[in-house]
Amino acid sequence: MRCWDPRIEEMPATDLKKLQFKLLKTIIYRTYSFSPFYHKRMKDAGVHPDHINSLEDITKLPFMYKKDLRDTYPDGLIMSEQEELVRYHVSSGTTGKPTVVGYTRNDINNWTESLARGLTSAGLGHGDIIQVSYGYGLFTGGLGLHYGAERIGATVLPTSIGNTERQLELMQDLRVTAIACTPSYLLHMGEVAEKMGVSIKNDTFLRKAIVGAEPWSEQMRLRIKENLGVDAYDIYGTSELSGPLFCECECQQGFHVWSDLLYPEILDPDSQEPLPPGERGELVVTMLQKDGLPIIRYRTGDITAIRDEPCSCGRTHPRLERLTGRVDDMLIIRGINVFPSQIEHALLGIPETAEHFMIEVDRKGALDDMLVRVELAREAFSDKISDLMRIRRHVEKVLKSSLNVQVSVELTEPGTLPRFEGKAKRVIDKRLV
Amino acid sequence: MSCEQYMIRQISLFSENKPGRLAAMAKACQEEDVNILAFSIAEADGFGVIRALVDKPDIAYEKLTSLGFNVAFTHVIAVEMKDEPGGLFEIASKLSEAGINIEYSYAFSGKKKAILILRVDQVEEAVRLLLQHKINLIASEAIY
Repeated sequence: MRCWDPRIEEMPATDLKKLQFKLLKTIIYRTYSFSPFYHKRMKDAGVHPDHINSLEDITKLPFMYKKDLRDTYPDGLIMSEQEELVRYHVSSGTTGKPTVVGYTRNDINNWTESLARGLTSAGLGHGDIIQVSYGYGLFTGGLGLHYGAERIGATVLPTSIGNTERQLELMQDLRVTAIACTPSYLLHMGEVAEKMGVSIKNDTFLRKAIVGAEPWSEQMRLRIKENLGVDAYDIYGTSELSGPLFCECECQQGFHVWSDLLYPEILDPDSQEPLPPGERGELVVTMLQKDGLPIIRYRTGDITAIRDEPCSCGRTHPRLERLTGRVDDMLIIRGINVFPSQIEHALLGIPETAEHFMIEVDRKGALDDMLVRVELAREAFSDKISDLMRIRRHVEKVLKSSLNVQVSVELTEPGTLPRFEGKAKRVIDKRLV
Repeated sequence: MSCEQYMIRQISLFSENKPGRLAAMAKACQEEDVNILAFSIAEADGFGVIRALVDKPDIAYEKLTSLGFNVAFTHVIAVEMKDEPGGLFEIASKLSEAGINIEYSYAFSGKKKAILILRVDQVEEAVRLLLQHKINLIASEAIY
């Protein structure tokens, strides 16, 4: 598969490690010298850049948190002089103050290059017509994809969000071949198209979708392929790291994280000990070439695993698995880590249940007790109690085998569980009351 | 002989076992002027199934579905039973001799006769069998 920048994307792993160490050393010295925030953090932790003599030594450095970004609002973490900045993005402050990210020309260039590599790896390039249906503005999604898509020589259709009918008309009229949007918006487009008498599969040229900015699943990938005839590729990034940065290659087995831009660590969210490749934990990120807003050992709160075995696409950079949840959502049930996303994933594979569910955790005596309430799918209702009991036992069995924890299941009527517009709050933890 | 006319469409509702569900269903029927001729509630751990014979099953189905209820149609048969000792035995024994299983049933007594609503695993066979034994079945057009 062709690469955007073969020199770096196919660099032997040992050379990449050397390059990473050089870049790490540089960013540590730079932040120690020029960022009052990082200078103080390192001093307080008793670490000096001279103590960093290998990539593994990174663990000597202190963590930084989302909270630090808020506490230093608006620009306490920005290292560059204002006149060196060419852009600001501001993340929505749903859980507190917003965070401001400043970009130097170099930051924008690295961000754009990162996406150019990713989009190329997903099989897009010169000749493609890419509809960017992420929001443009303070949110990073629209402009990020816009720059990335322009860089690879594609034609960009910057529709942003909203007015789905018009988006679909333009998609048809301008023969759009790929779209960047959230997975739920893509499925929504499919439904709206159907109402308009348009089949995305048969009446458009749309063949690929770059989807992210919200959790989604392998089942959703299959559903998108089946209903819309579109191959969906996962994309990852957060505004603190620049914006959407990494996108899956055509192998669709996780997204490559470019080693010259990012150094990933996966930690056990409880013990904060590093976890080996393949094991899921919290992603901790160090950005190796970021000037405007340096990011060192940033606790993303995202749960994923590193895959470092060679990818059949030929790229030598490691991959991260699809994000399976947030550390803040993690529940510990009888000592086992459980993420609501695992339950969502398991339920999607059971046709007798709808996608809405709630989790109730309680303590019965000394033991944690987890109850999953899930809506019965309309088609699954057959009037026979024994059928309903069988469905419930089946759901319990599937959940138990995927979570390794005993779960009780309650079937509820369709439409009775809460719907969430923004961030879903599916967990009621009565142990905390 | 046609069995069709004796297969009566019963509506079944999936319901959580909590206050207000039966009232919501009954209110909907009242609003649509649907008369409930017979009904039963089957209860399992945490949920239940409400089953009813109504005079306007399609209207009831539509209304209840629009209210968000999970509704299904099931074919049952309604058997006239002698309202005296042995009345139920007469019917149950015929079915058992023929190896027909009763999945569930409910009954009510009318002025002259009692009516037994039966859900069986072989509906056509049951209809044929009971008619052969001169047992009166209620045709669907008598209901809706």
